[in-house]
Amino acid sequence: MMVFGLEGTAWNLSAALVNENEVLFERNATYIPTKGGIHPREASQHHAEQMGKIVGSVMAYVRERDLRIDGFAFSQGPGLGPCLRTVATAARTLSLRFRVPLIGVNHCVAHIEVGKWQTGAEDPAIIYVSGANSQILALRKRRYRIFGETLDISIGNAIDKFARTMGLPHPGGPKVEELARSAKNYIPLPYTVKGMDLSFSGLSTAATEASKKYDLADVCYSFQETAFAMLVEVTERALAHAEKNEVMLVGGVGANKRLGEMLNIMCQERGAKFFLPPEKFMGDNGSMIAHTGLIMLNSGAITPLPQSYIRPGYRTDEVEIIWA
Amino acid sequence: MEIGRGAEAVIFLEEGTVCKFRLPKNYRLPQLDESLRQERTLREAKMIAESRRCGVPTPIIRDISRFLLKMEHIEGPRLKDIMNPMMSEEIGELVGKLHRCGIIHGDLTTSNMIFHKGRIYLIDFGLAFYDTSVEAQGVDVHVYFQTLESTHDSADELKDAFKSGYRRIYENAEVVFKRVKEIKARGRYL
Repeated sequence: MMVFGLEGTAWNLSAALVNENEVLFERNATYIPTKGGIHPREASQHHAEQMGKIVGSVMAYVRERDLRIDGFAFSQGPGLGPCLRTVATAARTLSLRFRVPLIGVNHCVAHIEVGKWQTGAEDPAIIYVSGANSQILALRKRRYRIFGETLDISIGNAIDKFARTMGLPHPGGPKVEELARSAKNYIPLPYTVKGMDLSFSGLSTAATEASKKYDLADVCYSFQETAFAMLVEVTERALAHAEKNEVMLVGGVGANKRLGEMLNIMCQERGAKFFLPPEKFMGDNGSMIAHTGLIMLNSGAITPLPQSYIRPGYRTDEVEIIWA
Repeated sequence: MEIGRGAEAVIFLEEGTVCKFRLPKNYRLPQLDESLRQERTLREAKMIAESRRCGVPTPIIRDISRFLLKMEHIEGPRLKDIMNPMMSEEIGELVGKLHRCGIIHGDLTTSNMIFHKGRIYLIDFGLAFYDTSVEAQGVDVHVYFQTLESTHDSADELKDAFKSGYRRIYENAEVVFKRVKEIKARGRYL
């Protein structure tokens, strides 16, 4: 079986082709804001401009090898409305043109499924951290239940906001990580854990304030150490509460080496196994949509055209994991 | 004798006294680690005693030292394993009492509730604090509801039961429930 996947919920437009065993082809076009953060309309215009080229390159690959596509999967949400509309329109067109089923995929579920596929994790507690989401999840009764999540902004957004205020280019994460490596001192910053939930907006503001008095590298370091300690703490709580013995890190912020290291230490101390997917599957990518589309198609979960409307606020736990 | 190990502490039983020792976590910086452990140990002792004064069953504190809390042993199953609507209603009453006194538990999961001699005891006050704001009370209730959704079947029934108990005790209940809805809608992708 072979499925085409189209991702474009935010900054990255990505199309891919996968079968049961591997990613056959993937092509990306990344929107980089000229200043500030992601502008939803500009991002969707970027996707619309690049759509022909990106989709075309996958279809050329298919034609050259005389392959047959069994389904067109697309990220139905959550995401930025204008971007989702662009992606859904392209996917519907392809599905109609080639008379092949359409599969609407939940973007968050796709991050989890591709992580499991790539790492071999079986039933992990999942920490999903990105520019838009910060959730701690685990599978129970055929749904990825949200054990804890941010009460305001995501960790990625918090870092980006702070970095932007410091005049660092978007996305701020890699730059903050790099600066943190040359730090010498830890500055105490607000540590906000409420049960299994988290809050990052106060931390972002406090770090901005601290940067007026302290060395930027020290602030970056303290920001990371504080925020990641919060994340690891709630992951450990979820692990204990849900009685799992595996942890998997997914989402764009998962590329941060320090976060992975901290989770790994926590898992070692608890006797749990830690799984980290390859970096190219961490950020938003078409392969994760294609892979999830494939397992959905295998279990008969296709999306009829009238149900293919975009879902900007699509929750992870709304999806019944019928393949679990 | 070790009788339990949670995410952050190890629990020993010593001649009928529970000893809760907050373990060092090597994933975080020693400075941050020690300040969190010390702060939470002191806070827990204080808030457990305060909550008891508000009419909420909690263990009696016997001794406090660095990272270590000694208290009365409450024997019984955790609500996580035996939950029913009647219990959830009683939890509503207990949380209502806490909120009426300006106390936020901070970690209202069903792992932190013990059924003992026909009463429900609240434990683990390491994240508790004083706050009379609707926001703090809303988050407290939200944490409990989230546990019901993630861990228990028939979460809606359990939530309704909690609400009727909470309403009975706490006059500001409706305002808090309204805020819980708002909190649930936040922290989402746009």
